[in-house]
Amino acid sequence: MSTHDLITVHLKVWRQNGPNDRGHFEDYTLKDITTHMSFLEMLDVLNENLMKEKKTPVEFDHDCREGICGSCNLVINGIPHGPQMRTAACQLHMRHFKDNETITIEPWRAKAFPIIKDLVVDRNAFDRIMEAGGYVTMATGNAPDANAVPISKVEADSAMDYAVCIGCGACVASCPNSSASLFTGAKIAQLAKLPQGAPERKKRVIAMVEQMEKEGFGDCSNYGECEAVCPVGISISAIATMRTEYVKALF
Amino acid sequence: MASFSNLLQTTVGRKILTGVTGIFLILFLVAHLAGNLTLFAGDGGEAFNLYAVFLHDLGPLLWIAELGLIILFGLHAYIGIKIYLGKKKARPVDYTYYQSQGGPSKQTFASKTMLISGMVILLFVILHVLHFKYNFFMPQMMVDNPAGGQMIDLAGHVEQAFLNPWIMLAYTAVMLLIGLHLKHGVWSAFISLGAKNPKLVPVLYTVGGIVAALLAVGFLIIPVFIFFNGGLL
Repeated sequence: MSTHDLITVHLKVWRQNGPNDRGHFEDYTLKDITTHMSFLEMLDVLNENLMKEKKTPVEFDHDCREGICGSCNLVINGIPHGPQMRTAACQLHMRHFKDNETITIEPWRAKAFPIIKDLVVDRNAFDRIMEAGGYVTMATGNAPDANAVPISKVEADSAMDYAVCIGCGACVASCPNSSASLFTGAKIAQLAKLPQGAPERKKRVIAMVEQMEKEGFGDCSNYGECEAVCPVGISISAIATMRTEYVKALF
Repeated sequence: MASFSNLLQTTVGRKILTGVTGIFLILFLVAHLAGNLTLFAGDGGEAFNLYAVFLHDLGPLLWIAELGLIILFGLHAYIGIKIYLGKKKARPVDYTYYQSQGGPSKQTFASKTMLISGMVILLFVILHVLHFKYNFFMPQMMVDNPAGGQMIDLAGHVEQAFLNPWIMLAYTAVMLLIGLHLKHGVWSAFISLGAKNPKLVPVLYTVGGIVAALLAVGFLIIPVFIFFNGGLL
């Protein structure tokens, strides 16, 4: 952690002018960056500077900037979401970087996440996995009575541990095999824990696993890197749950 | 729809098959080690030789077990190679700069070298079978069977082999490699076969490491002991 209040950073940013462009790194130096800035605010400063120089700003995804939308997909110094564990890139602050540090910024890299421009990737593959089975059937009409469906505190908490997935894709980005198993596993595990998920239970796991395969994600080798970079700390046990659900669906 | 026949078609199915075949291969190693440790019975290898005679006399049962082992090894290796080849397909453009986050990550030297350690083990298994089963590198020796007649002196064969420093070192190195493979492999099998409790995950990693170390030490103690003792007990 830096003791400086104002630091200088040297950025190596991936620039790619569209899906078919080869792409390259561009070097930028930013002076007087306050350590209280978030990482994205630092990128805002970069883009303001670029616009003043009549240059094209760096495209990067962002929305809520409070760590819940899962948009900010940046690989910072080789780690998705950067050096601080359980922190999305938008919640990362510049105090985690040293004065005069060189910071490499790359997009998520996976065949299933094609680059749209610079640091922005297309994560529709996740939406298609969700469409394949990440939903529940329920009666419409009046809201049901509270506590009409009893769920134990333990089960509800456990389902919530998986439901916190924000679908950012850091699991895929960090995986040496580019596997989407932690994302898909979290979605399957969350619904498997709850009675609402029961009607489509078997159909869901088969459909979502097959869709994951079709999207071109890689195999899981239980490296556990996904758990380490997950901004909400989802356990690799989500993947184990997906596998037992899959085996149950075979019978 | 999913069925047992298309288990190979999805990442989940492949991992389950890897885990199941891996567990059976570990059970085989345990049985193999138990047999090997009879070399320490202090009877010049007689118990070991009698155990070999017992296995030979199983006849068709032994062939079935051998066929099963070949299928287990083959499937396990086939999926491993397929997963490795899939890496490049799933990430055609690699990171310029990549590092592990650490923490709960199990990206270690062991997990990153599973393909290489696996390939060396496969090659070793082939040479090992040629060495001790088909007498490719040494002539067969005979010894008196206490029950009458003669039996193959496999213990003598083992003793002769491990008195050679190069064979002793090569076997010891491969056993360490098996330990490395199992350090990630045992834990990975637990996760592949459904260790669903998040609190259990770190415990299983430690358990996996201990199992791997015990198996590796159990096997390598034989060549090391024979070499430094100048023969069997």
